[in-house]
Amino acid sequence: MSEKQQQAVITEAAKISFQNVTKRFQVREGRGVSEFTAMDGVNLDVRPGEFMAVVGPSGCGKSTLLDLLAGLSHPTSGQILLDGRPITGPGLDRGIVFQQYALFPWRTARANIEFGLEAKGFSQKERRERARHYLALVGLSGFENRYPHELSGGMKQRVAIARSLAFDPDVLLMDEPFAALDAQTRESLQTELLSIWEQTGKTILFITHGIDEAVYLGQRVAVMTARPGRIKRIIDIPLGKRSEDEDIRSGAEFGALRHEIWSELREEVQRSQAFDRSPVTAKAGLAK
Amino acid sequence: MSLDKAMAATSSTAAGGLATRQAGTGTGRAVAAAVRIRSAAAKVLRSTAAIAAFAAIWELAPRLGLVDSTFLPPLSTVLSAWWDLAVSGALLEHFQASIVRSISGLLLAITVAIPLGLAIGYYKPVAALLNPLLELFRNTAALALLPVFILILGIGETSKITIVLFACTWPILLSTVNGVRSVDPLLIKSARSLGLQPFKLFFKVILPASLPSIFTGIRLAGASSILVLIAAEMVGAKAGLGYLINYTQYNFQIPEMYAGILTISALGLLINQGLVLLERRFSGWKNNA
Ligand SMILES: Nc1ncnc2c1ncn2[C@@H]1O[C@H](COP(=O)(O)OP(=O)(O)OP(=O)(O)O)[C@@H](O)[C@H]1O
Ligand SMILES: [Mg+2]
Repeated sequence: MSEKQQQAVITEAAKISFQNVTKRFQVREGRGVSEFTAMDGVNLDVRPGEFMAVVGPSGCGKSTLLDLLAGLSHPTSGQILLDGRPITGPGLDRGIVFQQYALFPWRTARANIEFGLEAKGFSQKERRERARHYLALVGLSGFENRYPHELSGGMKQRVAIARSLAFDPDVLLMDEPFAALDAQTRESLQTELLSIWEQTGKTILFITHGIDEAVYLGQRVAVMTARPGRIKRIIDIPLGKRSEDEDIRSGAEFGALRHEIWSELREEVQRSQAFDRSPVTAKAGLAK
Repeated sequence: MSLDKAMAATSSTAAGGLATRQAGTGTGRAVAAAVRIRSAAAKVLRSTAAIAAFAAIWELAPRLGLVDSTFLPPLSTVLSAWWDLAVSGALLEHFQASIVRSISGLLLAITVAIPLGLAIGYYKPVAALLNPLLELFRNTAALALLPVFILILGIGETSKITIVLFACTWPILLSTVNGVRSVDPLLIKSARSLGLQPFKLFFKVILPASLPSIFTGIRLAGASSILVLIAAEMVGAKAGLGYLINYTQYNFQIPEMYAGILTISALGLLINQGLVLLERRFSGWKNNA
C-alpha cells in the first residue's frame, strides 16, 4: 500500500476529518480591511464514536472550528469531511450546543426543544414526548412552559443541551456547554453525557476550558495553539470506563494527564500573552 | 396511670397549641387581607390622585374666578354638555366617524408597512435602493401634504384615511426594518444548525424576533393616527371629533368643545389600550409580568 492509499484509508475511517483547514476573517481596521487568520492549517481526525475533547487558550479558534464543522461558515482553504464527504452546509446529522445558549426567547423550554424536531418532521405527539424525555434527562422536568428569560443561565444551557440531543444526531458538537453550571450540576451532566455517549455511540467533539473536564470526558484531548489556531498535540487518555471507577479524578494517572495538558496549555497562554504585549514591550525597550 | 395523665396532658397541650395556631392563622389571614385591601386602596389612590386633583382644579378655578369661565367652563358644565351630546346621539356619530377613519388608516398602514419593512430589512439591495426615498418621506410632515391629498382625493373619506395611512406607515416601516436588522445573528445560526431552510427561517425566526420592535412602531403609529386625523377633520369634514371641536369653537359652544376634546382623549386611550393588549397577546414572552 502506498502512503497515499494509506492516507485515504485513514480518512475513510474517520468520522470527522479536518484537512489542512485555514479560516481567515475580513476585519475592518480603521478605514481599511485586513485579514485575520483565526485557524491555520488545522489537521484533525475524529474516529467514529470517539469522544474528542478540545482545549486551547481563549481566542485560539475553537468556536470557529465548531462553526466550520457545523457548516455555518466555510473554510478559506482546506476541507472538512464528515463520513468522507465534504461538508456543504448545516444539517440535522450534527447537533450543536453553542457557547452562548442560543435559545429562541419567544419559545418556551419545550418549544425550543421541539424546534429541531419540527424541521425533522416528527409528529406533534412525538415532539411532545421527546421534549419531555430530554427535559427530564437534563433535570428540568416541570420547567416545560418557562420562557428562556425565566430560566437561570445554567438552566438555559441545559435546555440547549436537551435541544441538541432531542433530534438524535450522529455527531454532537459542544462548545463549553457546562461552563455556566455549578460544580454539582456539571458533574452530574458530565456523567449523563458519558452514559449517553456510551449507550448511543455518538461521535462527540467537546470544547472546554476545563482541563479536568477534558481529561475526564475525552478519549483523546486535542490541544490547540494560541492565535492562529493549530492543533498542537493530541493526547491519548488511556483511562478506563469512567463509570466503573468512582473516584477516577483523584487517581495518580489522572493527575499526570492533567499536568501534561496543563503544561502544554500554559506554554500557549504565555505565548498568546507575550503576543498581545509585544508591541508595548518593544516600545518600552526603545524608550530605555 | 401517671403515664395516662402525662399523655392526656400532652394531648391537651397539643390541642391547645393547635387551637392557638389556628387562631393565629385566622387573625393572620384577616391581617393579611386588611393589608392587601389597604395596599390596593393605596394603589388606586396613587393612580387616580393626579387625575382627581386635575379635575378639582378644573372645577374650582373657573368657579373661584381664577380663570374666565366663558373660556374654561367648570368641569361639571363640560360633563353635562358631554352628556347632552351623548344622549342626542351626535357624539356617537362623530366618535364613530373618527374611530373608523383612524382604525382603517392604521390597519391599511399595517398591511402595507410590515411586508414592505420585512422585505427592506431582509434584502439589502432593496434597502439600498429605497432608503433615500424613505428618509425623504419620513421627514415630510404628514399634515404638510394634507392640501395635496385634498386636492387629489377630494374632501371625503378617502383623503382622510389616506393621510392617516401616510402618517402611520413610517413608524411601522422603520421599526419593522430595524427589527429585522437587529435579529441576533446567533439565533439565525442556531436555527440553521437545527435544519431550517431560508424560507422557514424567515417565518420561524426573523418574524417572531422582530415582533417586539414592530409593535413599538404600531403603538407610535396609533398615537400619530389620531393626531393627524383630528387635524384633517378640522380642515374639512362633516363629521368626526376634529370637526366637532372646530365647529363648536366656531359657534362659541365652549362646553361642547371641551366635551369633544375629552372624547378625543378617550379615543386615544382606547386605541393605545387596544394596541397594548394586542402586543401582549403576540409578544407576551417579552413581558416579565
Ligand atoms: N466573524 C468574525 N469576524 C472576525 N473575527 C472573528 C470572527 N469570529 C471569530 N473571530 C476571531 O477569531 C478568533 C477565534 O475566535 P473563536 O471564537 O473561535 O475563539 P475561541 O477559541 O472559541 O475563544 P473562547 O475560548 O474565548 O471562546 C478570535 O480572535 C476572534 O476575534
Ligand atoms: Mg469560543
